[in-house]
Amino acid sequence: MPVLQPTHHPADEHLLDYAAGAASEGLALLLATHLTLCPECRRKAAAMEQLGGTLIEELPPAAIAADARERCLALLDAPEPAAESRSAVTAVTNPVSAAPLLPRALRDRVGGDIDTLRWSPVLRGVDQALLVEGPGGARTRLMRIRAGHAVPQHTHRGTEFVCVLAGGFSDLSGHFGRGDVAVSDESVDHQPTADADGDCICLAVTEAPVRLTGRFWRLLNPFVRF
Amino acid sequence: MLVRKVASDRDRAAFARLFDALMPRVKAYVLRLGADDASAEEVAQEVMLLMWRKADSFDPARAAVTTWIFTIARNKRIDLLRRERRPAVDPDDPALLPDAPPAADQLVEQANSEERLRTAMRGLPPEQARLIAMAFFEDRSHSAIAAATNLPLGTVKSRIRLAIERLRRSIPD
Repeated sequence: MPVLQPTHHPADEHLLDYAAGAASEGLALLLATHLTLCPECRRKAAAMEQLGGTLIEELPPAAIAADARERCLALLDAPEPAAESRSAVTAVTNPVSAAPLLPRALRDRVGGDIDTLRWSPVLRGVDQALLVEGPGGARTRLMRIRAGHAVPQHTHRGTEFVCVLAGGFSDLSGHFGRGDVAVSDESVDHQPTADADGDCICLAVTEAPVRLTGRFWRLLNPFVRF
Repeated sequence: MLVRKVASDRDRAAFARLFDALMPRVKAYVLRLGADDASAEEVAQEVMLLMWRKADSFDPARAAVTTWIFTIARNKRIDLLRRERRPAVDPDDPALLPDAPPAADQLVEQANSEERLRTAMRGLPPEQARLIAMAFFEDRSHSAIAAATNLPLGTVKSRIRLAIERLRRSIPD
């Protein structure tokens, strides 16, 4: 079965945020997800990282401690610290199949593939699994929209990024399948609807809670943290 | 290839030469991002140790040494100073959608691309070069750049896109 490349991509400025290291943790997770599934954007991001390399090369060298090299050489044989850093890979508890649904960056975060997740219901036909909470109500989560269900009509208080992992959804701007990224800001008022033939699973990063705009759902805004 | 010697022979002399060339620049990079001297020295030293430990993951067909070091330094700084995890793409991930392998002539071109990229960067209009530098050296996303410069967000986006387009045209795909 031929694997289709994504057709909806993040913009250059988002890839630059990622490559320069200025993207928020949630957005970096979403972009690493898209990049795993998109050779075209991977080439772009690699070129931007190459730019980072040349920029470092052009910096005037900083003064370093006189014994810095000696100290560093002495540390080469030190045993590698067990938990080397916060970036260290989370133990993957569930076995991962030969063709995992979640890219590595997400598997490391949830401790396995999609079957590891514990979903909690948000609204009828919509479940979520929260991954990262940032400042100002920013949230990164996996969402599952049941086949044929629609997410209630909503607009955004900040920018919302969505990357599809399984199935697909449609809204006014088109159809989105695996690897596709949808970017929506305050001006976008939409009602994404999952394809009829299967659940849609996607990674969503929102800078602030979304605002429900449908006639009925609007009344729920004070109660539903969606 | 110094990194190759470090990887395959665990060559300390080769490592020391890489250290001398790269440590002051990695430290300068972390300082530019606002770290104090002691933190910058610590981050840079960690980057050097990772260069030793991960030398076998360096693939010269994929990136230049400075590009590889930049990504390690970027991730280490986020990790140690911003106290966040840095999600990355794993080139060996079974979920990865592979790219078509580069043609042989592209690989040759890749070797000269560093110099061409540098030249293209110098040739950028100052207002574009400034935004690129802010992204890399001030830890500002494009929307934070818009806020800091009082430029409309649309202007920041279009300048970044123009700059990236121009830089991309200078190097092989």
